[in-house]
Amino acid sequence: MENSQIIRIENLVKRFPMGKGEFTALNGIKLSLGQGEFAGLIGPSGSGKTTLLNIIGSLDVPSEGSVTVLGRSIGALSTGEAARLRKENLGFIFQSYNLFAVHTVYENIEFPLLLLKYPATERKRMVTDALEWVGLTDKIKSKPPQLSGGECQRVAIARAMVKKPSLVLADEPTANLDAANSHNILKTMVNLNRELKTSFLFATHDDKVISYLRRKIFLLDGRVDNDIIISN
Amino acid sequence: MKLAIKLAFRNLIGAGLRTWLNVIVLSFSFVIIIWLKGVMSGWDQQAKTDMTNWEIGGGQYWHESYDPYDPFTFSDSHSPIPGEFTGEIEKGDMEPYLIAQGTIYPQGRIQSIMIKGINPNQSIFMLPAHKLDTSMTDAIPSIIGSLMAKNLKAGIGDRVTIQWRDNQGTFDAAEILITDIFTVSVPAVDQGQVYIPLDRLQSMMGLEGEATILTYRNSESPVVDVPGWTHKPKEILTAQVDEMIKMKTTGQSVLYAVLLLLAMLAIFDTQVLSIFRRQKEIGTYVALGYTRRQVVGLFTVEGAMYAVFAALLSAAYGLPFLAWQAKAGWTMPVDASDFGMAIAQTLYPVYSAGLVVSTVLLVLLVTTVVSYWPSRRIAKMNPTEALRGKIQ
Repeated sequence: MENSQIIRIENLVKRFPMGKGEFTALNGIKLSLGQGEFAGLIGPSGSGKTTLLNIIGSLDVPSEGSVTVLGRSIGALSTGEAARLRKENLGFIFQSYNLFAVHTVYENIEFPLLLLKYPATERKRMVTDALEWVGLTDKIKSKPPQLSGGECQRVAIARAMVKKPSLVLADEPTANLDAANSHNILKTMVNLNRELKTSFLFATHDDKVISYLRRKIFLLDGRVDNDIIISN
Repeated sequence: MKLAIKLAFRNLIGAGLRTWLNVIVLSFSFVIIIWLKGVMSGWDQQAKTDMTNWEIGGGQYWHESYDPYDPFTFSDSHSPIPGEFTGEIEKGDMEPYLIAQGTIYPQGRIQSIMIKGINPNQSIFMLPAHKLDTSMTDAIPSIIGSLMAKNLKAGIGDRVTIQWRDNQGTFDAAEILITDIFTVSVPAVDQGQVYIPLDRLQSMMGLEGEATILTYRNSESPVVDVPGWTHKPKEILTAQVDEMIKMKTTGQSVLYAVLLLLAMLAIFDTQVLSIFRRQKEIGTYVALGYTRRQVVGLFTVEGAMYAVFAALLSAAYGLPFLAWQAKAGWTMPVDASDFGMAIAQTLYPVYSAGLVVSTVLLVLLVTTVVSYWPSRRIAKMNPTEALRGKIQ
């Protein structure tokens, strides 16, 4: 399944100002990810998982080194170009879902398609498809406060997947869910990865998530400590 | 922009009560500003119309010595009616006035008055001058305004003594009979004024064929340059009303500003709170492909949309209210006759399309600016921290 590279990272260093000095969150990361991978950045809190995910997602920029996502160098992108990369090619799934509370499930999922200016009929078809993938066709008019945590995360997955992005970045997607819901969500993502050939990159330290990964990249103190590919 | 409008609409509708509270406050401002401006405009129109109908007609020629603010000029402010105007006077399109200073003695009291001689057959003014067309030998028929009647404590049929000085400087006195009392909103026509037939006053003063003021009917009549007389067009004669309205409008502007300020404070407050409360949402917009500038735009459109909703709500309840007010008028809770200015007891607001459109545009513009102001903070936010909901 995995062939062309969609992420290529060379000697990535990320520093944050801290007091009068600096804190190095990532230190010399070298990594690549192929299309269709189902991989995870694994490590304890403070190991740099979220920072790396943010840089890959063009929400942050490297201090040193190069990060190329889908052929575009993150450090060299303008604000507009970075926004365009996220809009067209990336999907995000967050620990606390980050759904728009005042929008319905349908409107939440439709949002990325509105940004991409899809016509109304196509938007409707694509949102309906996404709702079917996550099994929420009966909740179309509900608003996030009316849904359970598992349902909210499934809406978030549908929102991330509706535009069929090349890469989905998921930051601790099961952290707020119970075991049953976590497995349910993960199975959904595995299926989508298989059916749509979308690459998934997780940041996690949850064993349930780790058990589903086909590639485990262990981070420790801002470095890649181990990189294990699980054969089928 | 289209997308920002669509999203702003969804966000505001989704926010429910918070949105509607702001919209209601803003719509009150809309309606009250339009109503107050309408009242001012109506007052302006009413004052000018009443002045035209009761006092100044289409314009006037004043004797060159006449100064309405200096009663000492009255004794010299007269001369024979110029022959240039004979035709117009005969047609009834011009009316001569003779003005003399005098004194009235109501029930043993003494009060200074202006005695005005007016043609009983005139049709330029709304004054009930025909009530002066009464043949009597023992008293001079006269009409007075309701304020004057109140001051004199006199009614129709009462007789009062008046005193005057003729053109030779000799004091003389006679009784007047009040044949009618009229109500008018122009104080200058009422307070301290006694109207008697023009020929009687001319005879009393020894000024046969003379006048102080010549008032013509049509404001577009050609101006005639007559030596000894000064032309006073309608615009000059109503300038005082314009000044008064301008002064009142300035005062009203403070009220508009307070109303707008209150409404804007609500919008500003909502925007500031939104930016703090909706950090995660802002971060999510950026993660999903918005630039921070586009998020600023979205929040600004949201703020401006309050004004659009408020305009629609105002139209729903404000239009019937404003239309009813224009018809029924606004009756002042206190007696307007004591104000000393040309103001009717009931004012009828007059609204123009320009007034409504300019008010809507002003509120929309101010709301947009007030919404944009706090939203600029978003442009400086770090999206990764916003995503975590961290206050920045």
